[in-house]
Amino acid sequence: MIDPRKSIINKRLGRVKHIIAVSSGKGGVGKSLVASTLALILANKKFKVGLFDADFTSPSTHLILGVKNAKPREEKGVIPAHVHGLKYVSIVAYSRENALPLRGADVSNALMELFATIIWGELDFLIVDMPPGISDALLDVIRLVKGINFLIVTTPSPLAFETVKKLLELLAELKVPVVGVVENMKIRESNFIPQNVRDAGFRFLGELPFDPKVEDSLGNVDTLLKTDFAIKLAKIALEIFL
Amino acid sequence: MHEWALAEAIISSVSQIAEKEGLKEVREVKIKVGELQQVEVEILEFALSELKMDKLKNAKFFIEAVRAELKCRVCEHKWSFSRNRLDKESAEAIHFVPETVHAYIKCPRCGSPDFEILQGRGVWLESVKGVK
Repeated sequence: MIDPRKSIINKRLGRVKHIIAVSSGKGGVGKSLVASTLALILANKKFKVGLFDADFTSPSTHLILGVKNAKPREEKGVIPAHVHGLKYVSIVAYSRENALPLRGADVSNALMELFATIIWGELDFLIVDMPPGISDALLDVIRLVKGINFLIVTTPSPLAFETVKKLLELLAELKVPVVGVVENMKIRESNFIPQNVRDAGFRFLGELPFDPKVEDSLGNVDTLLKTDFAIKLAKIALEIFL
Repeated sequence: MHEWALAEAIISSVSQIAEKEGLKEVREVKIKVGELQQVEVEILEFALSELKMDKLKNAKFFIEAVRAELKCRVCEHKWSFSRNRLDKESAEAIHFVPETVHAYIKCPRCGSPDFEILQGRGVWLESVKGVK
């Protein structure tokens, strides 16, 4: 028995110039915030951008973007919703307010289903908000999506970096391209993360401040883009992608 | 019309198999369609007939529906999926992403959402036959 979905995935993504998976070994480091804000920043620079929330059991990009009903359309496939200048897909459109308890194999199946059926069309960037950790979703996007790049998020904490370091080692071993590492929620001067990232042979992209205004801006993208967090991320994004 | 996207995947997969196995022409393709995804077989057949070309031009597609069987991981109860117990929106969600069944269905015996789909999830290729 052969699963036919795998064979179509790279055709579906064939007109996407850059696919960036925003990932981390650890949860709660701000991946979704970085992914959503990065997508908005690039869209504001007139790029064609897609945002795919691949964190099926704990999706949160819809809350960051203030999206209430972004249901994809069905037309010979899944046509992403248009939200704040982005093509946007989150499983919340299907699971709604319900908990979605999935085991690893289910996550793999749902990922493959959506990658095989979403018609992204022409994009400059597809930003994928990954679930935390080094498990099925990570291994699946590496296996299924040709040319995917990783942007890694950590916090200043050695506890976060311990698993981030393992993720970086794994990506290096698998020869998966890594754009670099951003340090989020920086609260005081420290060279611990930049030094360790460079020592591991990766590019340190910069630090994002712990910005209390971010919490107040959740759901309001105009306010979000004015936070110190977003302004700093915009500088990093322009250095990397322009 | 999710069926079109699935039909494209089938055509792409069969073309790759034909290439790999050195088939000059594909004559017969057997497909299994799981009940859980609620694929409209007529639309899938139509999409396949519209999309087939080159080596698949004369291929015949045989589609077999497979009952969706679920098994609770907690109490081991087995049951069959029934679309009729769902509202339209939940059924549609499962059509697009069958795994969202875990958001809408629970074990009828113990109420757990921790169940496995034993069979009948989505679309599978059973066999591809042709001439070399």
